[in-house]
Amino acid sequence: MTSGTLRIAPARLEILLADYAREVGRRRRQSLLVLAILAILIAIAARLGEVDLNELFEHISNFTSYFSRILPKLSLAHFGADVADWYWNVGGWLKLLFDTIMIAYLGTLIGAGGAFAAAFFAAANLAPSHLSRWGVKRLFEFCRTVPDLVFALMFVSAFGLGPLAGVLAIAIHSFGTLGKLFTEALENIDMKPVEGVRSTGSRFMETMRFGALPQVMSGFASYALLRFEINVRSGSVVGMVGAGGIGQDLFVAIRKFYYTDVSAILLMIIVCVAILDMVTERIRHRLSGQGGAP
Amino acid sequence: MSIHRPLSPEDVRAVLDRHFGLFSYSPLHLGSTIAALLGIGAFTVFAVWWLAIPFSQIGPGLAALARFIVLMFPPSSGGHLSLLLKAMGETLAIALLGTLMASILAFPISFLAAANTSLHPVIRFAVRRGLDTIRGIDTLIWALVFVGVVGLGPFAGILAIAVSDVGALGKLFSEAIESADERAREAVLASGGTQLLAVRFGLLPQILPIIAGQILYYFESNVRSATIIGIVGAGGIGLLLSEQIRTYDFDQVAFVVVMILVTVAMIDWVSGKLRFAIIGRRAIA
Repeated sequence: MTSGTLRIAPARLEILLADYAREVGRRRRQSLLVLAILAILIAIAARLGEVDLNELFEHISNFTSYFSRILPKLSLAHFGADVADWYWNVGGWLKLLFDTIMIAYLGTLIGAGGAFAAAFFAAANLAPSHLSRWGVKRLFEFCRTVPDLVFALMFVSAFGLGPLAGVLAIAIHSFGTLGKLFTEALENIDMKPVEGVRSTGSRFMETMRFGALPQVMSGFASYALLRFEINVRSGSVVGMVGAGGIGQDLFVAIRKFYYTDVSAILLMIIVCVAILDMVTERIRHRLSGQGGAP
Repeated sequence: MSIHRPLSPEDVRAVLDRHFGLFSYSPLHLGSTIAALLGIGAFTVFAVWWLAIPFSQIGPGLAALARFIVLMFPPSSGGHLSLLLKAMGETLAIALLGTLMASILAFPISFLAAANTSLHPVIRFAVRRGLDTIRGIDTLIWALVFVGVVGLGPFAGILAIAVSDVGALGKLFSEAIESADERAREAVLASGGTQLLAVRFGLLPQILPIIAGQILYYFESNVRSATIIGIVGAGGIGLLLSEQIRTYDFDQVAFVVVMILVTVAMIDWVSGKLRFAIIGRRAIA
């Protein structure tokens, strides 16, 4: 076997090995430094976060028993009756779940509409002025960083309990996130059609309508659909602070330890989101097939 | 010097012929566009009716909102700045420890979920569905559950973020593993290495930078989620914030919101720098 191997002169080999050792040593030191910094951060965080591992191990049985308790007791013998018992309030929950979907729909629609109008003023390549661009971008950032639950809490105080607060909270958050995505889509368009339309002497509106819009429309629709699915999920959460939908019932079920209700409602939400996920993904694929959208 | 030559009718005709589709509105296309718009409009009306949106509340509600906003100025810490800072630190701690815990848990799981490293298709299928289910439940719901398990406090928040992110990170890590170049692993195996060595020297060097980038990205997003899980009692600044909104201390609400905005911007900046240093200027899918 040794006949085929390449021979390296010992002196050269020594240099190569030394280089290798130095390189490995440098990377080891770097990794150790990163690990040390991380360890310090963890130590600080563990103090601030009141992490008590003993507590975790003491209560870990709670965790597993929690899950065994929220699972329904189904037996094959009287399966139908057991399921009926588990989903004793299926009509009411379905109505609330539909409420949540409607809240998400309206919120997405309003947010996407607003983001659609505003994005043209935020895109670096299209915005009529630097000032509008800066202002709209900061507005998007604000709407997206302040958690939707905070908006929901404030709107519940202002508009009273009910779906209106949920719709508005979701609308504002969608406005922020979709605005950012729409702006990025607009910034990536081909500028030649825009210049072409502009060279014919058209105004801002016409330039956007015929130069920019056809390039981004299907992308926008696909982002909005994706957002809709996310909003159904967060719509079930804003309900917890009284902003309508299934969240309220879920909150009560968790807080009051109606164990099997928790699993029943959660399962409904998961299935619903999964179905919406499949449907919107199909529509999005068709949309992106039509235009050059993501 | 531009040449002004009026378009001859032949030119116009030639252009129109070439772009026939653009200048003729087919009734079918127009009809489907109108139908889609009408459909969206009708569904919107239905949704408004179904939810019984109270239009009479919008006016007074906006007035109340305007009052809130007036009350927000000037923002004030309400005399307990140190308390707020500590809560903000707690929020960051929750995000950091939650993300780390999630990464450590997700790392081995992701190997079971990746097509090229999983032990068996059945295991892979089960793990993937499990991750999907975990991801389907919102962080806030996990927080509520963990408050029930370990009691009120930041520890519940850490566990909530850890568990809910295992779903997302497990999926992302497994995708990184699947998209890794197989040849490096084969080379290690061919030179007589064991499967474990193949993963260590053939796979890890490829996926670690991607994984590190994703972890940082999730840390950023977890700082945001950690600000709200306090609302259900799982630690962090959310508890104070929700109390302030409920007691109408809007000057303090504004202060806390500004604090969150500044902190999130700082974290985004630092972690963005780190991410670009690790993976180069490349978006994370």
